[in-house]
Amino acid sequence: MAKGDPGAATRSKRAAPRTRRAAATGEPELVQLLTPEGERIESALGPDGTEYRVDFTDEEYRGLYRDLVLVRKLDAEATALQRQGELGLWASLLGQEAAQVGSGRALRTQDMAFPTYREHGVLYCRGIDPIMPLGLFRGVDQGGWDPNEFKFNMYTIVIGAQTLHATGYAMGVAMDGKTGGEDGEAVIAYFGDGATSQGDVNESFVWASVFNAPLVFFCQNNQYAISEPLERQTRVPLYRRAGGFGFPGVRVDGNDVLASYAVTRHALDNARNGQGPSLIEAYTYRMGAHTTSDDPTRYRIASEVEAWQAKDPIARMKAFLTKQKIADESFFTAVDEQARTESVHLRERVLAMPDPQPVTMFDHVYPNGSPELDEQRARFTQYMESFEGSAH
Amino acid sequence: MATETLTLGKALNTGLRRALENDPKVVIMGEDVGKLGGVFRITDGLQKDFGDQRVIDTPLAESGIIGTAVGLAIRGFRPVCEIQFDGFVYPAYDQIVSQVAKMHYRSQGKVRIPMVIRIPFGGGIGAVEHHSESPEAYFAHTAGLKVVSCANPQDAYVMIQQAIASDDPIVFLEPKRRYWEKGPVDLDAPIVDAYPLHAARVARPGTDATVLAYGPMVRTALDAATAAAEDGRELEVIDLRTISPLDLTAAYESVRRTGRCVVVHEAPGNLGLGSEIAARITEECFYSLESPVLRVTGFDTPYPAARVEEEYLPDLDRVLDAVDRTFGW
Repeated sequence: MAKGDPGAATRSKRAAPRTRRAAATGEPELVQLLTPEGERIESALGPDGTEYRVDFTDEEYRGLYRDLVLVRKLDAEATALQRQGELGLWASLLGQEAAQVGSGRALRTQDMAFPTYREHGVLYCRGIDPIMPLGLFRGVDQGGWDPNEFKFNMYTIVIGAQTLHATGYAMGVAMDGKTGGEDGEAVIAYFGDGATSQGDVNESFVWASVFNAPLVFFCQNNQYAISEPLERQTRVPLYRRAGGFGFPGVRVDGNDVLASYAVTRHALDNARNGQGPSLIEAYTYRMGAHTTSDDPTRYRIASEVEAWQAKDPIARMKAFLTKQKIADESFFTAVDEQARTESVHLRERVLAMPDPQPVTMFDHVYPNGSPELDEQRARFTQYMESFEGSAH
Repeated sequence: MATETLTLGKALNTGLRRALENDPKVVIMGEDVGKLGGVFRITDGLQKDFGDQRVIDTPLAESGIIGTAVGLAIRGFRPVCEIQFDGFVYPAYDQIVSQVAKMHYRSQGKVRIPMVIRIPFGGGIGAVEHHSESPEAYFAHTAGLKVVSCANPQDAYVMIQQAIASDDPIVFLEPKRRYWEKGPVDLDAPIVDAYPLHAARVARPGTDATVLAYGPMVRTALDAATAAAEDGRELEVIDLRTISPLDLTAAYESVRRTGRCVVVHEAPGNLGLGSEIAARITEECFYSLESPVLRVTGFDTPYPAARVEEEYLPDLDRVLDAVDRTFGW
């Protein structure tokens, strides 16, 4: 049982309370609306007394389940493609589906997201073709979607750098007068537990606070920064860092898609209404490796992984849907079939991705171009053409 | 109004004011740029006239300045960031070289970062450490950034406006020791008709040797040319103006006539701009050269204590010494 986790075993022995309150002292509890066993909690209180709840239709519940399954399946396909040599690398989101789908679906159309390199689930929720990040990891491009069209920025690999971009963008939203109402815009910055040690993240906390930026910091605490455990990054629960910067923080069960949605939607709406930034710590676990280059058996034990397996985000949603008779076996089968079809389609398209023409490496270095670069391109082209028709 | 005599600093201030007037998306941000008007007063009076949403005093963190400016640029603003001193830019280095410089490339042209990063650079003002450095090579080495430096008030006034109007991310190096030097500035000439930003210009024509310089060293090179003329030697001085991309068209033409070339900069010589320039001139003008291209630069030491900076910095005598050596080769 990880430190700070509410203790699923204890709770399952009693009736689920109508409202759960985060502990006032000691280790805080998570905001949770769906237990690992699939029991619904009607509402939950955050550390500042905010009451979180969701009110979904059956169709919406089924939609969230479908998202979770599809996102996991596509991710597994990408991992397989890497193992078969079709991708250079893959950063799997396995285990973090609920944090990503919950927060991703909480975004309104006008909201802008700034991801790391693992937000495939959020990307999916934003309506971007899931093949897009595979181009990056296959090495045929460096990310091909239009950030402004989908309101989802390019992946950022330098840890934490995007939190400052999100902060500046959010400052711009406020400067444009787009906050203060229901139709206001909000911004979300994704990062991980390791990133909280970065200067850029701490600077973005300062900036967002003093400029009251309409921004949600969404930290997926998946317990490891490659091999380094959370204890190497912090001695306080991450969500409490927010207090020192002057804005609220809350820890949510990141394996609970409903709570992740509720907490994020609330924070985004506060931001869009002009109430400034907040920090969400989505407490979750990276079930797979950091990337396909990593071997997590060197730094964590199997029992820990098994304990988190019991808190799987999809299993609990399935249990809930089943118990509440919101979905039946035919629905689950259909979702699995859809996931299989989409992943096969994804695979086929990845294998068909052409390598870029070498000369395209000179494209888009500068919006206004560069005579120096034009000359290099011309020489390179001439050099390449010198091989044509040769035995080379 | 027409032509006025302004200091280089005031010319920059006036150019920034024009940019703020002409485009509501232009914002100035940095440490102390608001009420104080910047430690060199380059943004003097701008916050008073344009408000604290256009001229933003930022928290004291350079990476934060550049990183948030990236976000503002994605949002559609045109941020003009002031880094207070050359030696303070390094905390922002990742944001500049990995984020600002690469965003357009990575996005295949979908995201533009029309940002200007103003940096007062170079020595000669008797400052304490970290206040006198010349970091241009770090940025010129980075694809995706453009780097320019102005050398006189007229160029300061025009080039800062051109840089702000450009969609390329531009590191704008201001020769801080020349902030107080005066010159005529034509305030009425339309910027669109101005001499191009990324083009070198002959600052003084000559026939015997070519001296290349940019930023604060243009004045030094011109002084050297005046002194050389008294000895009957005519130096052609070229103000490079654009450091990346380099524009050496005028330099090649000049060296083909003179056969001799000296490059001057304050930054250390090792792997500095002078090395690249010497290599290119050697490639382009090989058969015209009477001597190797020589470099007059700062030494490969950390920037020294102020009481010895005069010996560290290239000056008139060191430029003339190098010119003499090209004749004695």
